[in-house]
Amino acid sequence: MLWILVVIIAVGLIWLISAYNGLIRLRQRVKNGWSQIDVQLKRRYDLIPNLVETCKGYMQHEREVLENVTRARTQAIEVSGGAAEQAKAENFLSQTLRSLFAVAENYPQLKANENMLKLQEELTTTENRVSFARQHYNDQVMKFNTKTEVFPTNLIAGAFGFTKKDFFQTEVPEEREPIKVNF
Amino acid sequence: MYEEIGQNKRNSIILVVVFAAVLILLGYIFGQVAGFGYFGIVLAFIISTAMALTGYFRGDKIVLAVSRAKPASREKYPQLYNIVEELIIASGLPMPKLYIIHDNDAPNAFATGRDPDHASIAVTTALLNRLNRTELQGVLAHELSHIGDYDILFATLIGIMVGMVALMADFFLRYTFWGGGRRRSSNNSSSGNGFIMILALALAILAPLFALIIQLAVSRQREYLADANAALMTRYPEGLASALEKISRDPGVLEVSNRATQHLYIISPIKSIRDRKKKSSLFSTHPPVEDRIKRLREMGE
Repeated sequence: MLWILVVIIAVGLIWLISAYNGLIRLRQRVKNGWSQIDVQLKRRYDLIPNLVETCKGYMQHEREVLENVTRARTQAIEVSGGAAEQAKAENFLSQTLRSLFAVAENYPQLKANENMLKLQEELTTTENRVSFARQHYNDQVMKFNTKTEVFPTNLIAGAFGFTKKDFFQTEVPEEREPIKVNF
Repeated sequence: MYEEIGQNKRNSIILVVVFAAVLILLGYIFGQVAGFGYFGIVLAFIISTAMALTGYFRGDKIVLAVSRAKPASREKYPQLYNIVEELIIASGLPMPKLYIIHDNDAPNAFATGRDPDHASIAVTTALLNRLNRTELQGVLAHELSHIGDYDILFATLIGIMVGMVALMADFFLRYTFWGGGRRRSSNNSSSGNGFIMILALALAILAPLFALIIQLAVSRQREYLADANAALMTRYPEGLASALEKISRDPGVLEVSNRATQHLYIISPIKSIRDRKKKSSLFSTHPPVEDRIKRLREMGE
């Protein structure tokens, strides 16, 4: 009888440890996913002043568009808060960039500028990296949240204070599309 | 995904064992015909072991060298690096090595290696020149999917073995026809020789065919799977669909591809096989392109 009891307790303990470690691992992946997004966002912040500088020479009549981009960048850098807040600021920045590229369409000389071509490729890849990092992050969040909700791991999640994470959401449907810059 | 990886590893082991068995049989017959006796078996055993090890550790290097692929520099091909780095973020795979095949006629690409940590992707210059950015992204995502589920291990081993079997059967045939006679005259068993000669001939013909059939049977399902995974990775199946359309319509012939490496490419580089009217015939390593495109487009809806 005692043996059976010992075995049951041992199995229970092993399950508890592995389930707890599983949750920790998933949370770690969510964190990694988030820092990946951060790295890519930083890359984007660094590119923007260069882009604005290059465009300035050609687009004297479009001050407003350029200023919007600069302002959106500053806002995105300074935002503090959770994933939802950050997502909102980043989405706004994406929007202003999109309208900058739309306006740039009207400037053939700018389109031919070698520096602009390089910047265009860099920005396209950065936009893609941001959205892939976001996609990866959301996949990890989904796995983590599911784990904290399903029985029986939800008991451990509740006992040890694992709480659900926010998704990095895109609110406007067209934001899901990669920005198209056709020069 | 995990089942795929396990299946690929299992298949690779089965392949090596079956291949060694065929080789040892060949060695036995060769030994009988040439009058070496059991030395043929010993030789075949050594050769097959050496080849399995070479295939595993150096297979990717051999395949890349045969295809005349040169390392791609980041300075010269920034966009290629950018696209792969984007997909690395999406898939969570390590960064593969990138290679260029200097062929301006045939747009094509393949992946090779033994696992995601030792993987390479090669693309032709024609692919970079003719596809747009989203199409390239689709093709590279397809290649990364092959890396992720260990298709590359199996495909590379097959490539090495098909190449070797063909080479040896060729050598063997020549030996029996031209060189074998002299040695055999010193052997006194003459009645059995005719029979063994016929068997040897049959085997020499069958062996490469046999290897070819394995190569064909396994790679068709993998292509559909890699297409689906690529769509999942990019969340944009139309990119790959339109790339496949462009590549398959292109009449350029890829000179560096051959029977041993054709199954590695995203679209079969051997046009005579690709153009054959019969869809999905026994001798095509890839499913019909139209069907792949159709499946991708249905995913996008």
